[in-house]
Amino acid sequence: MRDPHILLRVVSKFLIPLIALFAFYVQFHGDYGPGGGFQAGVILAASVILYGLVFGIAATKTAFPPSWIRIGMTLGVLLYGGTGVLSFLLGGEFLNYSVFSHNPSHGQHYGILAVELGVLCTVASVMVAIFYAFGSRQPGVPNIENANEDG
Amino acid sequence: MVFASTSHALPVYILDYGLLAILVIVAFAIIRVRSLFAIVMLQGVYSLVCAAWFVSLDAVDVAFTEAAVGAGVSTVLMLSAMLLADCRSAPVPISRQIGPLVIVIIAGMAMLYAVGDMPAYGSATSPANSYVGMDYLERTAKEIHIPNVVTAVLASYRGYDTFGETVVIFAAGLGVLLLLGLNGNAGRWEACPNGQCVSDSDSVASIEQSGSLASSREGETKPSKLKTKGADDA
Repeated sequence: MRDPHILLRVVSKFLIPLIALFAFYVQFHGDYGPGGGFQAGVILAASVILYGLVFGIAATKTAFPPSWIRIGMTLGVLLYGGTGVLSFLLGGEFLNYSVFSHNPSHGQHYGILAVELGVLCTVASVMVAIFYAFGSRQPGVPNIENANEDG
Repeated sequence: MVFASTSHALPVYILDYGLLAILVIVAFAIIRVRSLFAIVMLQGVYSLVCAAWFVSLDAVDVAFTEAAVGAGVSTVLMLSAMLLADCRSAPVPISRQIGPLVIVIIAGMAMLYAVGDMPAYGSATSPANSYVGMDYLERTAKEIHIPNVVTAVLASYRGYDTFGETVVIFAAGLGVLLLLGLNGNAGRWEACPNGQCVSDSDSVASIEQSGSLASSREGETKPSKLKTKGADDA
């Protein structure tokens, strides 16, 4: 039997890398345009979720292993907190990025970059974690039309 | 992005009121429709129209978040939650609708009363444009040298707040992992959505398409599979 979702699979296979790329654009262009770590993390998670919706949760778990989630969400918070501790150790206040470079505004750039990267890791991991947690319990998509007739 | 547009022409009014009218229509549709699938989809539509309206109000960063979170991820999450529950919502008797209606009317009237105290749209003397907001706008150009003031405020001036937000998201993820696990309660669960009973043995069979649970548990023949399974279960 031919796959009834062949068109969906081909189109999303083309789109998923572009969505992930757009997430990184939003992440690293956040200083100049709208966006930042939070939005980028959600978009990155959306690309994984789209893969899960089209190709199934088992294939998604090999592409984005669940072990990455615990590492990712912890690493993000540690990166954010670690940036604060590092600025603390270098003689500034907690999360005062100006001490990272001789030029205070360059230090601010580095600090914002590190902090946003931490937000990206945590947000993307947690969104995928919630999707995995609920998605793994699915009995498969029921036929909505039949369910409506029953009710 | 930050400076409000000063010329408010007729097309802008039409856009604003048109989008608000669509929001009201979608909200009524969400109340009236009984199919939960349609409700989830309409909530996605609501978020998307909200995002378009935020763009028209020059709040691009907020619009971005609304489109990504509200219309994108939360629609999928609501959908996966709906599949575990029922497909249709049960009708609520009129007698139980009166209390919520009274509360909504009182809250709505309180908001309408408060509208009179709000500053005009884009007003130079509004609280957002007069105190600390202007300070951030002036200092960002001198101190941080990045064009997007929103990012500067979020990540640098208000770094503590964003740290707190990140920890909140981390805590939410931790709660989900503790309660449900990444594999649906670590593989030991049973659910009866829509009268169709599923238990962990079904899900394991579908997840591990080759090889049953027993073979992957006792057999050392597939070390890579065993490793993934262990990571899932933990």
